[in-house]
This record gives sequence, structure tokens and C-alpha cells, in this order.
Amino acid sequence: MPDSLTTEAAARAAATDGPLLRVEGLKVHFPVMKGVVIQKQVATVKAVDGVSFTLDRGETLGLVGESGCGKSTTGLAILRMLTPTAGRIVFEGEDIATHDKGRMRKVRRRMQMVYQDPYGSLDPRMKVGDIVGEPLVVHGVAGDRAAYRARIAELIRMVGLLPDMAERYPHEFSGGQRQRIGIARALALNPSLIICDEPVSALDVSIQAQVVNLFMELQERLGLAYLFIAHDLSVVRHISNRIAVMYLGRIVEIATRDQLYREPMHPYTQALMAAVPIPDPALEATRPQQIISGEVPSALRPPPGCRFHPRCPRAMDACRTQDPDLRDRGDGRAVACHLHG
Amino acid sequence: MPQHTQAAAGTPLLQVRDLVTTFRTERGKVVAVDHVSFDVAAGETVAIVGESGSGKSVTALSILRLIPNPPGRIEQGEVLFDGRDLLKLDDAAIRAVRGDSIAMIFQEPMSSLNPALTVGMQVGEPVNLHRKVSWARAFERAKELLSKVAIPDAGSRLNSYPHQYSGGMRQRVMIAMALACNPKLIVADEPTTALDVTVQAQILALLKQLTRESSSALILITHDLGVVARYADRVVVMYGGRIVETAPSLDLYARPRHPYTRGLMASIPRLDGDTGSRLVPIEGQPPDLANLPPGCAFAPRCQQATDRCRQERPPLQAVSDRHYKACFLDA
Repeated sequence: MPDSLTTEAAARAAATDGPLLRVEGLKVHFPVMKGVVIQKQVATVKAVDGVSFTLDRGETLGLVGESGCGKSTTGLAILRMLTPTAGRIVFEGEDIATHDKGRMRKVRRRMQMVYQDPYGSLDPRMKVGDIVGEPLVVHGVAGDRAAYRARIAELIRMVGLLPDMAERYPHEFSGGQRQRIGIARALALNPSLIICDEPVSALDVSIQAQVVNLFMELQERLGLAYLFIAHDLSVVRHISNRIAVMYLGRIVEIATRDQLYREPMHPYTQALMAAVPIPDPALEATRPQQIISGEVPSALRPPPGCRFHPRCPRAMDACRTQDPDLRDRGDGRAVACHLHG
Repeated sequence: MPQHTQAAAGTPLLQVRDLVTTFRTERGKVVAVDHVSFDVAAGETVAIVGESGSGKSVTALSILRLIPNPPGRIEQGEVLFDGRDLLKLDDAAIRAVRGDSIAMIFQEPMSSLNPALTVGMQVGEPVNLHRKVSWARAFERAKELLSKVAIPDAGSRLNSYPHQYSGGMRQRVMIAMALACNPKLIVADEPTTALDVTVQAQILALLKQLTRESSSALILITHDLGVVARYADRVVVMYGGRIVETAPSLDLYARPRHPYTRGLMASIPRLDGDTGSRLVPIEGQPPDLANLPPGCAFAPRCQQATDRCRQERPPLQAVSDRHYKACFLDA
């Protein structure tokens, strides 16, 4: 690990004050069109509907929730792979929510993504070295041939693979190794933020731990921040400093890891925790099983009032009509629930 | 559960003996299930756990003779169910068993349901087929089953099609179909893997409750050690097509004896675990079935492997009552 990288990261850290990323009132709405020739908008899917959070340098924020909660859409909007309908995305002091393509190109050197599917996200016709080095070429920072090759070897070694693997093709690698290749590619441009969308959920259990550990080691070495999007609450707990729980396009609770897992406050967070079985049959036999009914409703027709109220075991009259705000509790936690108003 | 222990004392409901299932592939013959033997007692829930390529699903499909041939073939073994060897039945006889005394629930409810038939017809079909009753009676039974799996307004939902159901509701339909003929054994292959966590908890609790009510036995195939801990009475751990350890759940989690089982338990983060420490991964890659080592399949990843482990295949041996492991080490 050459010193140039660490000093570069340090210099960047000092460059701006405040959080690395601040998302304010982010909305991503998709129109639902009807008609073949003459199209008419008949409805709107509010996939992300007013999401706000901050992420510090070197920090991991876990973004959890069930399918359709908007966690992946939030990640894609921050990377500007989707256009936000409203809101601010302040990254390294700069609001990138309305950046055009040219300006986003520069930003993407500092903000990279690791995908869920280690099979679909690597081009099968490219050698591993070229996959890892492609961002350097695209952004014109590859340098001469020797420098380029040295950087690829360094990146490949950084993720725990052997430099001579650069000459091989993705199909020669297992799922866990492919995910390492995807991580090496994300690291190529020295980003300060990596958005990880379900990065371990396609991997076998025994391999997940290898990749989770790699993420944590790289964070320590390179001072990376992660937005770690996942549905597995146990993995998220292990890797995150803070966690945001999403439901139907909104954050319902955001807190530090220990706050959230010790004392979840939002009934949805409580339900999620209760639903996750703990690998200990003696403990499971005595654990109260509070299983909530119903499924996540369609984002096309979110319920009025609190979006969780139809499934909430503690819903009151106010919950059916008034949409609760995400209220800061002053201790680093914010909850959107009338029970904690 | 008293009825379980009682049943366990007699002849097991299902005895799988020395089962070998192979597949022809481009890279030669692959032994997907390699001399696997285990029992399931009446009313018991047995989990088969393992990672991809461990042979857990192929074992389940072999029990019901659902292995596509070619490329697959059940090469040897016995599957004794209620005193009969299912592997020796002719096609008509095995069809009479499937969906009647043994039912199966698959992972993907959308691709296992027929999109062109109403839910009522699909749930009623096994009743009509196996119980030889009229369609009118079969629909009555379908309605009863749908309310049993807590599908609201079951009567009018009978005429809906699968695409009009949500993922969780479709899996409830699969359970209703499985229960249609009061099976003695239900084989569920990753029944909740495609579902959200709160829905997973609902479906598994429902499955457990209904199997308990009907005292059906359940083979639960999963990769999730948490699900096993919550729902299974006994566990079979597979690796590289072989059983590496089997024990009652409480015993297995309290005293895992095979290095692979121990490795798995150390590598998974827990909701109530220690957050300061790193996970302890199992190093190396999952086994390549086309290229297994001559000895123990886990030897290349095992920290304690000896020369003997690399050359000789460890047999499944008793370490205590009902607890078996396939490992030469004394640990």
C-alpha cells in the first residue's frame, strides 16, 4: 500500500467540513404511463418519498428494509443513475442532485458502486485485469502501461486475490472471488464513498464472512465510507455504525447500531428484529414470537396516515390519518412514529 | 412434543439408505448425493442444511423421484416410506404417492404455480386426483384449505389467478396444495428464501403450526441456520454431497462436532452477537463437485486436516446418542 493513496485520502478528508454525504428530502417518483401511441400518466410510484440522512467519512450506514421500500432506488439516485424528483444530495460539499452528465463524471471518481450479482456485473468477455482497470481508462488516469499494470496488480492484491489472476476470465472464479473483483474495480479510482447494494446476499454463508471482513479491512485501510444496502439485519448489524430502516419509500427509524438493536423504537423495526431467527435453538424456544401480519402494500397506493399502520400492532386513530414526521430525539436517533411523538 | 418422541420410538416414517444420485455433465459424472442415509420420524421436523452444491435439494428431489433423467440418475440406495421402497415403484405408483402422502413445497411459488389456472383449480386438483371426488367437492376442500392458510376471503379468491396474489400469498397457496391430502410427509425446499423477512416468519410459523396440527413430518431444506434453530427438531448438515454431521438441533448448536459445522456457526453474524470482533470465515472456496478430493470433501478448507483426511473418506460415526459426524478428528 503506497503512502500516496493514504495521504491523498487524508488530504481529501481535510478539504471539506461536515459529513461526506448529506441527503435531504430525496424523492424519486416514477410515472406510470398508459397507452401505446398517445401516452398518458395515470399514476405515480413514489419509490423514494422524502428521505434524509447523513454519512460521515469512514463511516458505514446500513440501509435496511423489505423489497419495495426504496433502499436500492435511494442508492441509485445518490449515484445519479436515476434522476431525483426532488431533494438535495450534498456530496463532499457539493450538491450533485442536478448535475449534468459531464459534472457527474467527475463526481463518480469519488463515489462507486458494488453490485449484488457477482455473475451479471462482470463482463464475461473481459479479462479480470481489464475489468478492474476499466475505470482508470474511462476516466483517463491509467497512465503508462507499466503504471496501469502495477495499479491493477495492487488492486487485485488489496482484495485478497493473486496478481496473476488478472489474466483470467470471470467464469474461472467462484461467486466470492467475483465479488472481490467487483470490489477491486470499485476501488480503482480511490473513491471516498462506496454504495454497496446487497453485496453479500448472493453468496454462500461460508463466503459471506470473507467478503464482510474484506469490506471492514478496506474501510480501516482506506478510510472509505459505505452506504450498505441490505435486507439481512444480522449482516447489517455487524458492519454498520449507524442504520436507517426504510418502509415504503420513507425512513422510519435511524439510529446508531447499538441503540437500534438494543432498543428498537419503531414498531416496524421491532417487527423486523423479531422476524429474524437467531441461530440458537435454546434461545429461540424462549424468545417471544411476535409476528406481524400482512405484507408490504403496493407503492402505487400507499396507505394514508402512517404507511405502516395497516400492519402495526399498536396503531392508534392518529396513525390512520396523520403521517408522522421523522423526529430527531436528540440522542442520535430519529423515529417517525406517533407513539414516540 | 410428546407425540414426536412416541413416534420416534417405532419404525421411522422415512428411511433414506445409502442414496447415490449422479448427473452427467460436460465435465464428466458428478456425484450430487453421495451415500446419504437418514431417517425422519412421524411428525418430526428435520432440517437439511448446506450451501449451494451440498446436495440438499437433490436429496429432497430424489426422495420423490423428481430427478430429470437424463442427465440425472438415482444410482443406488433405498427410500423406505411406510414400509415401501419408493425407488422401486413404477411411475403410476410414485405419482400416487406425490401430492398425496408426500407433498412438496418449492422455493419459487410463481414458477411452481400454473399461471393459466385459477388458484381454486390448482389447490383442488390433488383432492380430485387422489381422493377421486367430484370437482365440486374438490373446490369445497380448496376453499377450506385456503382459509386454513389464512388467505382472507378464501371463497372469492378461489377464482383468482396466481399473478393476482402477492409472493407471500402464493407461498400460502403452495402450502394449501401441499396439505390438500393430509400428507404424512412434507418436503419444503427453501420455502421462504424468495420472501421478505416478516413474511418468511409468517409462512414458517404457519407451516410449523399446520404440520403440528396434522402431525405431518417435515423435511425443511435451507441454508439459513437461524431458520433451522427456530423450527427444526433435528438437523442434517451436508457438504459436497455428503452428510458431515447430524444431531438433534439443541445438541448440534450446543456441541457442533464437525469442523465444517463449527466453521459455519462461527462465520455467521448474529442479531445478538458480539459486534466488536471480526467474523471467522471458512477460508477457501466451496467444493467443486466435478473435482472432489479423494478424502474428506472439506479437507482442503479444514484448518485441522491431516494426511489421513486428505486420502481417506471419513465414515459417519456416532459421537453420542443420535449425534453423528463424519470426521477423523477427536474434537
